[in-house]
Amino acid sequence: MVTEKRNSKEREQSTFSLLVFFQKIIKRRESAIFLALVGIMVIITIVAPQFATGGNIYRVSRQISLVAIASLGVFTVILTGGIDLSLGSTIGLSGVTCGLAMAGGVHPLFAILIGMLTGFSVGIINGLLVSYVGITPFIVTLGMLSIARGTIWIITKGWPIENIDDRILVLGQGELLGIPVPVIIMVVVAILIHFLMRLTVFGRRVYAIGGNEEATRLSGVDVQKIKCLVYGISGLMASITGIILVARFSSAQTSSGDGWELDAIAAAVIGGTSLSGGAGSVIGVLIGASIMGVIRNGLVLMRVSAYWQTAIMGLIVILAAVIDRVKNKKV
Amino acid sequence: MENYLIEMCNISKSFPGVRALHNVNLEISKGEIVCLLGENGAGKSTLMKVLTGVYKQDSGMILFNGKELDLTNTRQAYQRGINIIFQEFNLCPNLSAMENIFLGNENRTKYGLFSHKRTRQKALDLFKKLDIVINTDVPVATLSVAQQQMVEIAKALSYETKLLIMDEPTSALTMKEIETLFTIIRSLKKQGVAVIFISHKLEEVLAISDRIVVLRDGENCGNILAKDATENTLVSLMVGRAMTDFYTKRNCQPSEEILLEARGITGGTKIKDVSFSIRKGEVLGLAGLVGAGRNALVKLLIGADPKSGGSVYMHGQEIRIQSPKDAIKHRIAYLPEDRKFAGLVLPMTTRENATLCVHTKIQNMIGVINRKKENAIADTYIDDLRIKVFSREQVAETLSGGNQQKIVLAKALAVEPLLLILCEPTRGIDVGAKAEVHSIIAELADSGISILIISSELQEILNLADRVLVMHEGVITANFPIADANQENVMRAAIGSA
Repeated sequence: MVTEKRNSKEREQSTFSLLVFFQKIIKRRESAIFLALVGIMVIITIVAPQFATGGNIYRVSRQISLVAIASLGVFTVILTGGIDLSLGSTIGLSGVTCGLAMAGGVHPLFAILIGMLTGFSVGIINGLLVSYVGITPFIVTLGMLSIARGTIWIITKGWPIENIDDRILVLGQGELLGIPVPVIIMVVVAILIHFLMRLTVFGRRVYAIGGNEEATRLSGVDVQKIKCLVYGISGLMASITGIILVARFSSAQTSSGDGWELDAIAAAVIGGTSLSGGAGSVIGVLIGASIMGVIRNGLVLMRVSAYWQTAIMGLIVILAAVIDRVKNKKV
Repeated sequence: MENYLIEMCNISKSFPGVRALHNVNLEISKGEIVCLLGENGAGKSTLMKVLTGVYKQDSGMILFNGKELDLTNTRQAYQRGINIIFQEFNLCPNLSAMENIFLGNENRTKYGLFSHKRTRQKALDLFKKLDIVINTDVPVATLSVAQQQMVEIAKALSYETKLLIMDEPTSALTMKEIETLFTIIRSLKKQGVAVIFISHKLEEVLAISDRIVVLRDGENCGNILAKDATENTLVSLMVGRAMTDFYTKRNCQPSEEILLEARGITGGTKIKDVSFSIRKGEVLGLAGLVGAGRNALVKLLIGADPKSGGSVYMHGQEIRIQSPKDAIKHRIAYLPEDRKFAGLVLPMTTRENATLCVHTKIQNMIGVINRKKENAIADTYIDDLRIKVFSREQVAETLSGGNQQKIVLAKALAVEPLLLILCEPTRGIDVGAKAEVHSIIAELADSGISILIISSELQEILNLADRVLVMHEGVITANFPIADANQENVMRAAIGSA
């Protein structure tokens, strides 16, 4: 009886599969923010037609990809109900260690590994303090924000590292089939994170922890280990952004990544990631990062003063949270 | 007719699927101490919540000094002089005694600032009235539990209290502190305050109250003067219910083989040196009052809380359980007391919840989930447990309590447990679902799974179990084969007067 019913339901679904598919797409929260993104782009194009030129789109997408990669990392942390405020400093520190290695004559591939290892280690230290020592993520990563930035100043004494190996520059300045290399890296990273979060046991456990940590622990999941690892992922993603920035500017700047944690977290939140954990998607994060990048670019094209730009970006973050809140209350 | 301070007439209150109160009457005069007695779930708390405006009764009337009382919130109750002290204190641990007492009712200087001087003086006046000495200025977290309770009483009296309700006030106190509390209650009585006292401890009830009102299954079933009552009459009033519930009977007898033995389990503040064993296919009931330590014991057993001593043997071999992960590895599954807080990941689907314990079974070498295997596991238990869902993709949040509970059960069964620990498996689910859960439990035991069941409903344990252990204050006080267990001797052991 029961199976019969289920079969008939499946059959029904296949008949209307195209309709159901569209309904599903419309219902998803990502659709709403995607429409918002399109709307914003239309408005900006009307006010500042130079937005829609090939050169501009090229630059904007490259800028977006840098934030998006870091955002995808902190996204996994936010899914568990945590936060990583140290990612901006991690971007800078990874760039500096990578740059230093190259300045010291290390092969660029190894230098990249050193940069990534730096970011991963910073993240894992955050993770160990959060999950095994039990300090709140906000405090741990706030402290790490200062430690990592301070370490940059200590190592470089404030001077940028200039003698970067030319072979690495393609990562920041190159293009493939007319697409900037950073955008390609972002797409690869996004696919990997999506795969990790949606198809593996690890990802399932990350969502479960964000949904109900106690129930997950009682179900025999090593919650501490998983929580530790997501901070490692966040650090690793930040280091990728950091290395691309080095390649982009042919130098490791000491202020690189300063304040980027806010853009990265905001992109995730605008993209529908719940700060209390358990809800959010990779595609949402990408759209969120795009909204941030497009608006920032639009404000520049519309010749809005830099002072106003900062305030407006903050306003947009709060607006996104308010819209989310109002929408959830109604349901 | 006497002039009562409060008269509750024919109060009825239902929640979805549960009739909590049915035509209950309670009256109390000025300066009278009435004790409200009854099993867990008899309706005591609900009745008090109606009286203090937390719930609105479905029918019936409350008279206060002969006039009808219509409360919509607790604040109105305080203003009329009806005050309640809950079992868990409502104090801010970081604030001092005097700040807590006047929280929301602060004394201000003429400039509108907080007046430390007047607040302290008023607090000291209250303490004097109660004849107690407590430092008014240190955070209440630094005070003893008994002192914190005194602060609660002082807080209640800072409003002009005419009726003070105390919900199990003695559960955390020592003998000497209880004496002090009783002295205070008696002096309140002299000052004309009426007191409703809720307790399970019969000895205390007989010592302090003027009159005892007994509730059972949400109905009045006794109203006697304390001087006419004995422990025996009270026990039989509390438990003498007719066997109206239907339960599934077992088909098989448990085997003689011992599956698991726990020796000297110790941990937390409550559990000291508890030993027991469970046979293969046996349903072992763990009875006791709320707070007796049953859940604490189970959490130590499965490694959810750290043990400070004791060992566990399975099939005669010692096993180490330091986390729920270890327990599951040894095929011990656990259904927690509170399904929303500890059982389900509410925003996840039925499928995702059902397989939460068994990720190792559904992943390949690099940790990718095999959806076919996962769907098969989910479907098996959706069918076996007759979980009513549209599809396995239905989100747990959207299901009824009974179906949610079945998902938690599915999650535990997916472990293919040798020992299944069930805490309050039928709490908050409707009658139909309850009967289903009962028959599922019987089927599981018949299939050879050992089941340890904790329930606050004694009748549930008596109908399902092969053997009953009774706990009282962290210790096992009785071990009855089901043939020897009845409501009276179990209740006696549960209140520690065996």
